[in-house]
Amino acid sequence: MERKEIYKQLEEIFCDVLDLDEVSLTDATCADDIEEWDSLSHIQLVVSIEKAFGIKFTSQEIMKWKNVGEMVDSLQAKNV
Amino acid sequence: MHTFKELKKLARNESESSTAPLRVALVGDTATQLLATALRGTAVTRGMALDLFEAEYNQVERQLMDPTSELHTFGADYIVIFQSTHKLAERHALLPAAQQECVADERVTFIDTVCRDPQLEGRRIICMNYPEIDDAVFGSYAGQVPSSLTSQVRRLNYRLMELSRERDNLFVCDLAALQNKLGRDMMFAPNIYVSTEMVLSLDALPWVASRVMDVIGALCGRFKKCLILDLDNTVWGGVIGDDGLEGIQLGHGLGIGKAFTEFQMWVKKLRQRGIIVCVASKNTESVAKEPFERHPDMVLHLDDIAVFQANWETKVDNIRTIQSILNIGFDSMVFLDDNPFERNMVREHIADITVPELPADPGNYLEYLYGLNLFETAAYSSADTDRTRQYQVEAQRVKLQRSFTSEGDFLQSLGMTSTVEGFTRFNTPRVAQLSQRSNQFNLRTVRYTEADITELAANPAVIDLSFTLQDKFGDNGLIAVVVMRRIDAGTLFIDTWLMSCRVLKRGMEDFTLNTIVERARQAGVKRIVGEYLPTAKNMMVEQHYPHLGFTPVAGAATAQYELLVDGYEPHLCHIQAKQP
Repeated sequence: MERKEIYKQLEEIFCDVLDLDEVSLTDATCADDIEEWDSLSHIQLVVSIEKAFGIKFTSQEIMKWKNVGEMVDSLQAKNV
Repeated sequence: MHTFKELKKLARNESESSTAPLRVALVGDTATQLLATALRGTAVTRGMALDLFEAEYNQVERQLMDPTSELHTFGADYIVIFQSTHKLAERHALLPAAQQECVADERVTFIDTVCRDPQLEGRRIICMNYPEIDDAVFGSYAGQVPSSLTSQVRRLNYRLMELSRERDNLFVCDLAALQNKLGRDMMFAPNIYVSTEMVLSLDALPWVASRVMDVIGALCGRFKKCLILDLDNTVWGGVIGDDGLEGIQLGHGLGIGKAFTEFQMWVKKLRQRGIIVCVASKNTESVAKEPFERHPDMVLHLDDIAVFQANWETKVDNIRTIQSILNIGFDSMVFLDDNPFERNMVREHIADITVPELPADPGNYLEYLYGLNLFETAAYSSADTDRTRQYQVEAQRVKLQRSFTSEGDFLQSLGMTSTVEGFTRFNTPRVAQLSQRSNQFNLRTVRYTEADITELAANPAVIDLSFTLQDKFGDNGLIAVVVMRRIDAGTLFIDTWLMSCRVLKRGMEDFTLNTIVERARQAGVKRIVGEYLPTAKNMMVEQHYPHLGFTPVAGAATAQYELLVDGYEPHLCHIQAKQP
């Protein structure tokens, strides 16, 4: 899947889980940029992304991401 | 089941409720914030107001044992203790082999200490039990090794069960049963656990919250009392009117008949437990009754059914008729029907009734129903098993009443007697049970446990009264409770007046008041004060005191009424007092 396409899906998931009207994600977007993105909603994001793409993240992946770009890297590494 | 996401949204919209919120404390040895969110959301779905205190992470011991802790200060009515199998396994792993055998007993002793802590008196302890982790260290042989983790977890769960029988403030929330149903791989997500210290997956949270709220709901009087069954394709396979007695599917052996037989066995167990089982079926009555009377593979018989409504009226009308005979709230009723059209019609017309979405395949009925945990309870007594008979008798009374033109003549013809007694060792369980169960005819809805009742009986400043009611059709058992406290030399305050709704309209209120006044006079009291505290369910008694001739107390902050003992004329009623 193209990065652009992954971003489109991620933006939908972020809106849905964090209850946002719209969100624009870039490689550099991180939790500090989105008020609703805290450690608790992060877990919800992880689980929703896993379900949407039909994959599982490893524990290391979940803990090491510093920004959305690295999340997308993980997804691409799983050949979504 | 709602999703966690839905519950989180609902939790945000916690609204002001007319009833006082339930004060609940949650304390766990793993991260519980999301469970707290799920509990809040679940409470909203059930119309329950919740005031939830979340203890800091991993402070089970400190919060419970330290009388100055935030949990103690908060003063919860319900304390939910969630200790994880993971932390237990960790402790188990770190101990020398010789001490591993004590892990379970050590935890049980801790819970017992909490239950007996005088500082926590009056609080209900809801303790999650331990879903098993099979660590495969011994394989299936683990049971032969008392120190194995498997042996210890099972011992712990069994001993918690035993402890809950001994301590009347302890209630186990059966997470182990939930894991049996959902499977460990659904309950637990290793990647989430590693990154967050949460031992429950997001998908499991709504189920766990639901089980916790089931227990709390049952403890505060919200539980199911009645199961109403459709017949064709619900209780047996096929349509009795078309397929005939030989054609319907029932009984063991190959085929779908087995599913219906096992479903009936489950219903029978509920009936034996005290759930009132009724029938609402579109059928000719004699045709509908034939399998109950003559089919060799029927597990349910006519004497299991409290009210049998088989006719060509709508299900809605029949359920309303059943309700009028039983006199219990629609919210305590469950209706099972295989037909989606009938289910929707009942849901649409009777707002509070529970109508499960039975699966299309009858082979799935039971596993689906098990998962709903519809019949949570907080008490059980052997008298519960007689309940069906009492309601069958009530249905006969309703028939007789239709043959009288005057209500007085009808009541007179019943030949009613009542035994009035204080609280005794023998009636305490029933008095406590009524105090927990009565929602409608309950003036102040004060809930008393058995321990409370024993205390009231011993208190010289309290006048405690219990009432039974018998008539020519049978014995209703103990059906009314009054607790009065002397608040000054000349005044008695009615702390509790409650009555089972199945004896409404028999003049029991008048008989009770006559007794109250007589006792007040014996106690040398001049004035009796009653109070009505509104709840979502007790509107029926809003005018109870005025109807009985009490007058409003001027300037009282709540709805208080008084009655002067001098000059009271005993009310006319058709109930004779009987010596205990």
